[in-house]
Amino acid sequence: MLGCFYAAVSIGLSVSFGLLDVPHVAHPAIMVLGSYFTWVLGTYGWDPLAAGLALMVPFFLLGVLIYRFYHAVFESRGSDAGVRGLAFFFGLAFIIEVGLILVFGVDQRSVEAAYIGKSFALGEYRIPMRMVVAFGVALLLTFSLTLYLSKTFTGRAIKAVAQDEPALRLMGANPVRIKQWAFGIATGVSALAGAMLIIVSPVEPAIDRLYIGRTFCVVVLAGLGSMTGTLAAGLILGIAESIVLMQFGASWAPAVAFSILLIVLGIRPQGLFGR
Amino acid sequence: MSGPLLQISKVSKSFGGFAALTDVSIDVAQGERFGLIGPNGSGKTTLINCVSGALRNEAGSIVFDGAEVTGLPAYQRTRRGIARSFQVPRPFRSMSVLENLIVPLEYVAHKGSLHIADTRSEALALLKQMNLSEKADTPSSQLSQVELRKLELARAMAARPRLLISDEAMAGLSGSEVDEVLKILFDLNATGITIIMIEHIMQAVMRFSQRVVCLDAGRIICEGAPAEIVKNAEVQRAYLGV
Amino acid sequence: MKFWIGAGVVLLAGIGLPLAPVINEYVFYAGYMVLTFVVLATAWNILGGYAGYVNFGPPAFFGAGAYAAVVLFKWLQAPLAVQIVGAAAVAGLLGFGVGLLTLRLRGIFFAIATVAVVFIMETLMVNWRYVGGATGLQLLRPPVELFDSYTRMLFAVMAVMSVAAVAIARYIQVSWLGRGLRALRDSEEAAESTGVPTLKLKLFACTVSGALMGAAGAPMPMYLSFIEPASTFNLSYTVGSLGGAIIGGMSHWLGPIVGAILLGTLQQVVTVTISNEMNVLVVGVLLVFFVVAAPEGIVGLFLKIKKAIRK
Repeated sequence: MLGCFYAAVSIGLSVSFGLLDVPHVAHPAIMVLGSYFTWVLGTYGWDPLAAGLALMVPFFLLGVLIYRFYHAVFESRGSDAGVRGLAFFFGLAFIIEVGLILVFGVDQRSVEAAYIGKSFALGEYRIPMRMVVAFGVALLLTFSLTLYLSKTFTGRAIKAVAQDEPALRLMGANPVRIKQWAFGIATGVSALAGAMLIIVSPVEPAIDRLYIGRTFCVVVLAGLGSMTGTLAAGLILGIAESIVLMQFGASWAPAVAFSILLIVLGIRPQGLFGR
Repeated sequence: MSGPLLQISKVSKSFGGFAALTDVSIDVAQGERFGLIGPNGSGKTTLINCVSGALRNEAGSIVFDGAEVTGLPAYQRTRRGIARSFQVPRPFRSMSVLENLIVPLEYVAHKGSLHIADTRSEALALLKQMNLSEKADTPSSQLSQVELRKLELARAMAARPRLLISDEAMAGLSGSEVDEVLKILFDLNATGITIIMIEHIMQAVMRFSQRVVCLDAGRIICEGAPAEIVKNAEVQRAYLGV
Repeated sequence: MKFWIGAGVVLLAGIGLPLAPVINEYVFYAGYMVLTFVVLATAWNILGGYAGYVNFGPPAFFGAGAYAAVVLFKWLQAPLAVQIVGAAAVAGLLGFGVGLLTLRLRGIFFAIATVAVVFIMETLMVNWRYVGGATGLQLLRPPVELFDSYTRMLFAVMAVMSVAAVAIARYIQVSWLGRGLRALRDSEEAAESTGVPTLKLKLFACTVSGALMGAAGAPMPMYLSFIEPASTFNLSYTVGSLGGAIIGGMSHWLGPIVGAILLGTLQQVVTVTISNEMNVLVVGVLLVFFVVAAPEGIVGLFLKIKKAIRK
């Protein structure tokens, strides 16, 4: 259950980092931003899921903007771009985090909805309703994104741009616009992920750093660019964390994602399904 | 010195499911001028990457000067005497032309005894050979295409190689520029350096090479003297796609 | 030669000033933090600026050094000098380990790995009761000789450390080591093929960088008379190191010094006049601004202007 949620959260990163090679360490921060916007809309009476869906559009545009800026400043320049791009996204994440603290304070926020707080019984286990919602959304998201990437023209173009940019140019498609579009999708998706985040548990500004670990762990474990791999990796992480939580207690749980990440990087950097 | 300088034996390399090189075997003799041709995507640069160490081949072995170098990192192969230029020039952009040469001089030629004064004069001598002396202190990011190509060659030369691999050093150059680079390569060969040339400019390859090998889709399809290669039906088919 | 004269002056000031009783204690209290950031930014720049590998892990190395010092103090009653050496060794080892694991891969994987190390270190320390776990540990400062207060002594120690760190960074920068690092930053592939042992150099830079950060962390527990994971593994160390180096200028050893001093003073001013959070935001914005618009940093810009004037 948790695993699917992690998978959903990481899908956006799978696209922006896995396929597009953008060092997008600010991805979780944007997701948290989405969570807060969801919360704000919640105070106006919006259902968080609906809010998440509605936010996808403005976040998509935000993503496009960010990418255009990133591309203009960094991707078109020379050797230093790697360091600066990374520092840029770090700075961005940092500004978002601090901005959120300034506006909302450091306390945790959560949302109310019909399905939060209830749970339903499945044999011996009681499953919180909100997890089911997150689970469902996550599955839907993964499937639709996988389908999109393999069936539609733009989807396949996105995959192509990751592999062979010059060839794509020859086919008449503009790689920059495609990357822009893809990044927008990734950001839009993280808006929805943000909504789910706040459905599943309370949110505070500093949480984005923890999620850097989780999302990158999932993406690396899955192998860059593999959507279904993301689902599998998310599940693995979710299970691993739950086990550690039960066996060793909450103080060890945050380290799980990061530890897995380090191990994978050391042993098999292509991940499970990577190219 | 008996035996070939470079022995490539049954080398194969794949990227995921794509076989870039299959069972390639080539011997290059000491002092030889060797040409490597083939259509785009035939695996020429991949082969060179395997020889220089930028890539690791999955199967087969590469023996240089009698010693196995398969599996050695690139910088060690350079220190043993294999140098290459890059198809798309990769200068050290934050450095001047001179400094670009000082790096290999310090790390290869002078490992162990580092006196900046000596390396400077050596670097200048190299630049003179390449007709780049006036540009010594220019930032390498400001060079023209042909100057960049010459810098690539100069930098490879600064590593004092026994084998120099020139990867499409003349692509996109004008007729007189091609002649200039060709003359440089001839002069280098005259000093005893074995040269492997990868080129698309046929007249350059044919004038330069003593022996030519043609690759297509990762396999050798023809090997022999330039005159024979040009007439070979397989080669023509590979290039014309017929 | 000029450098060593300057360094000597700084050293004299660094040790002499604390000995003078007239100067306000606060100067040394705040100055210690600024000097800490000078060391951190300089250390960061060795790997980040010279080699081009971004390290988000200063808190991990700094914290490793701090906790190593605590362990040495608690277990062996080790004097400060030994603590610092021990801390540097531990942090250096950590740097080497992380480097070995990830420097073979692209820069971003290294960067993410450093984020991971911070979290893991923090989690480990939270769960280690010997050093106080989550609640932390109180420390009793040993009596101080020569100086009027322990803080003053720490300031002097940090001054010496800063000079040492900068000297090391400067040596690396102007030597063949620095050229190799710059080559691998400009084009790792080309560097390898020109005979530069890129992995070895990267590991070297990572280890030295980590060790210096650890050394900077060692006196911290004594400075606060207290240690606990949350503040030790704080994000502000990352921002301070990156910010100091990027804003000051990544290609020259002067850069991190300028950057760290600037950020340090800015921090004091803004925190006092506006608010603590605002200060942090300002640093973040400055960081992004410089990354985007002025990647050479202040020192870089200054050098550019100098060159332009000459022409």
